[in-house]
Amino acid sequence: MADIITDAEEAGFASDLTQSNTLGDSVRAYVQRVRGGDMGALPSILGLVALFIVFGIANDRFLSNLNMANLATQAGSIIILAMALVPVLLLGDIDLSAGVAGGVSACVMGLFIVKHDQPWGVAVLAALVTGAVIGLVIGILVAKIGIPSFVVTLAFFLGLQGVTLKLIGEGGSVRVNQEVISGIANSNMSVLAGWLSAVVIIAAFAALSLLRHRRKVSQGLQHQPLAVVVAQIVVIAIVLLVVTYILNQNRSVNANFPIKGIPYVIPLVILLLIAWTFVLGRTTWGRHVYAVGGNAEAARRAGINVDRIRISVFTMCSGMAALSGIVAASYVGKVSTSSGGGNVLLYAVGAAVIGGTSLFGGKGKASDAVVGGLVIATIANGLGLLAQASWINFVVTGGVLLLAASVDAVSRRRRSATGL
Amino acid sequence: MSDTTPLLQLRGVNKSFGVVHVLHDVDLAIYPGQVTALVGDNGAGKSTLVKTVAGIYPADDGEYLFEGRPVTVHGPKDASALGIEVVYQDLALCENLDIVENMFLGREKTNGIVLDETTMESKAREALTSLSVRTVKSVRQSVSSLSGGQRQTVAIAKSVLWNSKVVLLDEPTAALGVAQTRQVLDLVRRLADSGVGVLLISHNLTDVFEVADRITALYLGRVAADVATKDVTSRQVVELITTGHSSDLDVAPRPSTTV
Repeated sequence: MADIITDAEEAGFASDLTQSNTLGDSVRAYVQRVRGGDMGALPSILGLVALFIVFGIANDRFLSNLNMANLATQAGSIIILAMALVPVLLLGDIDLSAGVAGGVSACVMGLFIVKHDQPWGVAVLAALVTGAVIGLVIGILVAKIGIPSFVVTLAFFLGLQGVTLKLIGEGGSVRVNQEVISGIANSNMSVLAGWLSAVVIIAAFAALSLLRHRRKVSQGLQHQPLAVVVAQIVVIAIVLLVVTYILNQNRSVNANFPIKGIPYVIPLVILLLIAWTFVLGRTTWGRHVYAVGGNAEAARRAGINVDRIRISVFTMCSGMAALSGIVAASYVGKVSTSSGGGNVLLYAVGAAVIGGTSLFGGKGKASDAVVGGLVIATIANGLGLLAQASWINFVVTGGVLLLAASVDAVSRRRRSATGL
Repeated sequence: MSDTTPLLQLRGVNKSFGVVHVLHDVDLAIYPGQVTALVGDNGAGKSTLVKTVAGIYPADDGEYLFEGRPVTVHGPKDASALGIEVVYQDLALCENLDIVENMFLGREKTNGIVLDETTMESKAREALTSLSVRTVKSVRQSVSSLSGGQRQTVAIAKSVLWNSKVVLLDEPTAALGVAQTRQVLDLVRRLADSGVGVLLISHNLTDVFEVADRITALYLGRVAADVATKDVTSRQVVELITTGHSSDLDVAPRPSTTV
């Protein structure tokens, strides 16, 4: 287009700051955001700390190394399922069948290994394909036929449980004792490998953050002050090193059989976290998922194929759910007719919402699933240690989910009132 | 009529939704460097016409000419490929995304598979600067934190960013206060002065008379008149909108206006 004449004085928008200059400014900005209702993962992190304190005081075994490792593996499948649900929740939809889709897929994997003597790689692939196909069908029903996702996935929730029953047979179960599969939740990295990976991840994260910061500064883009970037790196480094240190201690109760090292499920979760953070934050597809969740009509008018986004999201979700089903099967050592049923799905939805992903769509991150998943797993683990009746576990978890959803709804109202 | 070829021209366009015949043989012309106002009462077919131009509703029949050549527009992508940008009444911005993300929505710049935030942020800033936008605090602020006028500005700036040739503005000032309306109208004028063909859909005749070069009046799905703003008075335009003709207007009623 031809030049639009600009008055030199008017050129540039007077108050467009490319950075908040000081650490103090950004802290103030953050406090303002939190008060305005944009709390992100803050409630869940505070909740996690509170839970650790309460359970730590109530039971001296809670903070033991053995239990910490247990907690991590318990959280694994919840976190992965919650991560699967984040993109669906970003669209403002829900997938109630994700848990049982994981169950069916794990069951397919089990049957491939046990009945058909297939190598584990083929079995896992079959499970992932099963999940993806389920998701594809759900996506098509939601996007093309226009049935609300709540109803479609409720139907799948019931139907898929029937499929699992048919595959396994009434009351039976498939044992999963293949070395690699059961190793996901039950084997540990060597102490050295654990330390090395922790250091490599921290170094890579630090290098990427600093490079990105430098590029933004040199290009005159909006950026955070260096102090905030460094603070993020330090927090990540401390968390990773502390976790690695705890898990690299001997946690065996039997002195003759030392158990130490990071369970393999943790690097798996970290890998998935990195992948999903990248896909949602840095790719066109991820951007479009947020756009459809924020305003589907606007996305459509911008030329985004909303149906295709929706179908791909449901496909990815059930595919990831299959992975979660495999991890769950690895943890309990078998696939049973009730795999993925019961409270599995609600735990995962709870995890995502507690972590800060909105049920109204358009707001959430992969890391929400990790923090929220840890909260849920901590509740289940802590109450289990206190030898409480299982009804208390249900009531407390339900209560926490309700609390998280209320925080989500209230903060959404505050956000729209303060315009954040 | 102006001597220059219209940038965009519709001839004899009809559009029905089931039994409801919304547009009857509508002719529309948008000229470069001019603001053409599209006026009409509620239900006259303004929004349908805009959506037909934007490719959201395909026309049932009639000709669609762009820069004198016949073209087919099947969807919003075809329209934007031609250089037609629509700024909708309900804005069509995603509140959860920031200004840069909204301006590039559906047309993101990438480096391989990674979003190229550097280029996008610089270009968005350039576009806003070229429109002398001074009210926005940061291009990285989320749209939910913007006022109505600022959102309108972002939507219009999007068309500058994409070097659009034709910009359709659907009621850009409908929900704005006095000062914000002023800003947006200035923006519309600057946009046209830079050579863009602007179609301004509006209810507000004060706005129309302030910025429009031509006025096209719709009445019950038909074009009641297509006149230069300087040749008509506000009262005559009101007559055209409400009755479809104006007794003392010195333009020949078009054949299609006979009701």
